[in-house]
Amino acid sequence: MGRGTTADVDLPRPGRTLTGALAVVLALLAFGAVMIGPYGLTPGQVLSALLGQGDRQAQIVVWNIRLPRVGAALLVGAALAAAGASYQALFRNPLVSPDILGVSAGAGLGAVAGIFLSLPVAAIQGAAFAGGMAAVGVVMLVGAMVRHTDRTLTLVLIGVVVGALAGAVTSLLKVMADPYDQLPAITFWLLGSLASITTRDILPALPTVLVGLIPLALLRWRINVLSLGDEEARALGIEAGRTRFVVIAAATLITASVTALAGVVGWVGLVIPHVARMLVGPGFGRLLPASALIGAGYLLIVDTLARTIAAVEVPLGVLTAVIGAPFFVWLLARGRRGWS
Amino acid sequence: MLEARDLSIGYGKMPLGIGLSVTVRPGEILCLLGPNGCGKTTLFRTLLGLLPQLGGSVLLNGQPISAMTRARIAQAIAYVPQAHAPPFPFEALEVVLMGRTARLGAFAQPGKTDRAAARDALRRLGIQDLAHRDYSRLSGGQRQLVLIARALAQQAALIVMDEPTASLDFGNQAQVLAQIETLTRSATAEGHGVILSTHDPDQAFALNARVLLMHRGGVLADGPAADVLTEANLSTVYGLPVTVETTSSGRRICLPSLRQSAPTMTSEALTMA
Repeated sequence: MGRGTTADVDLPRPGRTLTGALAVVLALLAFGAVMIGPYGLTPGQVLSALLGQGDRQAQIVVWNIRLPRVGAALLVGAALAAAGASYQALFRNPLVSPDILGVSAGAGLGAVAGIFLSLPVAAIQGAAFAGGMAAVGVVMLVGAMVRHTDRTLTLVLIGVVVGALAGAVTSLLKVMADPYDQLPAITFWLLGSLASITTRDILPALPTVLVGLIPLALLRWRINVLSLGDEEARALGIEAGRTRFVVIAAATLITASVTALAGVVGWVGLVIPHVARMLVGPGFGRLLPASALIGAGYLLIVDTLARTIAAVEVPLGVLTAVIGAPFFVWLLARGRRGWS
Repeated sequence: MLEARDLSIGYGKMPLGIGLSVTVRPGEILCLLGPNGCGKTTLFRTLLGLLPQLGGSVLLNGQPISAMTRARIAQAIAYVPQAHAPPFPFEALEVVLMGRTARLGAFAQPGKTDRAAARDALRRLGIQDLAHRDYSRLSGGQRQLVLIARALAQQAALIVMDEPTASLDFGNQAQVLAQIETLTRSATAEGHGVILSTHDPDQAFALNARVLLMHRGGVLADGPAADVLTEANLSTVYGLPVTVETTSSGRRICLPSLRQSAPTMTSEALTMA
């Protein structure tokens, strides 16, 4: 979109066609990702395995290894990007990522505590989810007690404080953890990975992500209005505080659910909403599905790279940062569109 | 009709103004004048129910505003903030459509009627060609007109405008003022009631408005521009000699005396200006 400096350009706003095209691309990407791996499969093998026919080994690879992983990547990418788009609209700032209120730091602390106490996998995931929700809960609670005219800024600042505190306790646990057994697990979790994902891990996250997406989809028009700022939104007839609470709760539920599943995967929620906004504009009704679809495709590509480019699994968070950071600089450099 | 009686305004417990009484009726322009920091914006925020009143009452069509929902207030009063740059590049039409929010259910999207109302508002201000332009890239004057269109789409009887001509160039100021003037003479039975704040007393004369002159947290005078904007009142409020002259076309203009004020211009007077 190399538009010039003129202020006289009409904005192209493709709608359903683009969303449809994105969905088709995503389906093709998912099919390709199922084929790729140490045990390579042909399109025919994948098709017949999906139908429950053909080669027994191909069926096991498709159903027990590739599909759970592909599904998890799609879910995590879609969720993080959707939450990121919501937080950016709410905090009126395109530089905001889903962990602005400390959800990642809280989830990280929960998971690290679980690993430190040698809890089973499901309990570690539960602790991560609870930690993420609790961190944002504390932020909202303290935010409600502090009297300040700028509610949004107050929340962001308390989010930084709570995140820093959770990070400090996480560091303490890392120092105290068993360096041969627990510390590698902690480090790997904090960098994000889908390496050991099974269908049983995905199932608890699926309903919570959906439950979080519903209010975001329903409130899509009000989220636009809220992005004008509290005072203007109220003057336009919205109970801004209540609406913001619902959006934060929903976006946090989504982020905490997938962080418990995949660990801390950064950059997706920050960068993908920008790409979506470039394609469909800032209207949240189109931005939400576009962000979710692009985020799903992006994380699928990154996760497929993570499991294929090296003999060992590359942590997801490392790849998303290596790809996301330069992309972000490029976004910054190409000017003001989608920013302010 | 908006009626504030014996109103105390301010933040926290510190009153910025006390004993303020303001009335605006449909078809009427009320011009709020006063030096920087006299509480114009605070008064607006209180009248809109965005800031709790410290004392007195604000009645909207006879009902206390403090007991009304945001949606009901927005159906009766529209707010036009100073032209701003939003964080995201919405189309001008989308910005105008946001004025329909108070008439939509919590989960609803603007529909055909709302689009028609938004387009109609743009047409009334003669800016329908801006509909699909990026609002964040419009000029200050165009943005101000879009925000006024949003207030029209809101279909509220009263419109509150916070310095609608601030930061606009000479031509845009005149254009926006002309549009404000036509709002009070609407095609419907009753025109809009408009409250606006300004730093230019000449605008009050140009609009033939009622004027509320604020001074030191109170109302110094309230009435027709010609009665309120006297040399004596303006000199008191702005702290320097002001002469009011009538042009050959019969319009009044205010002229601050720069020469006489120069030697007495203390640092205190500078901060007030």
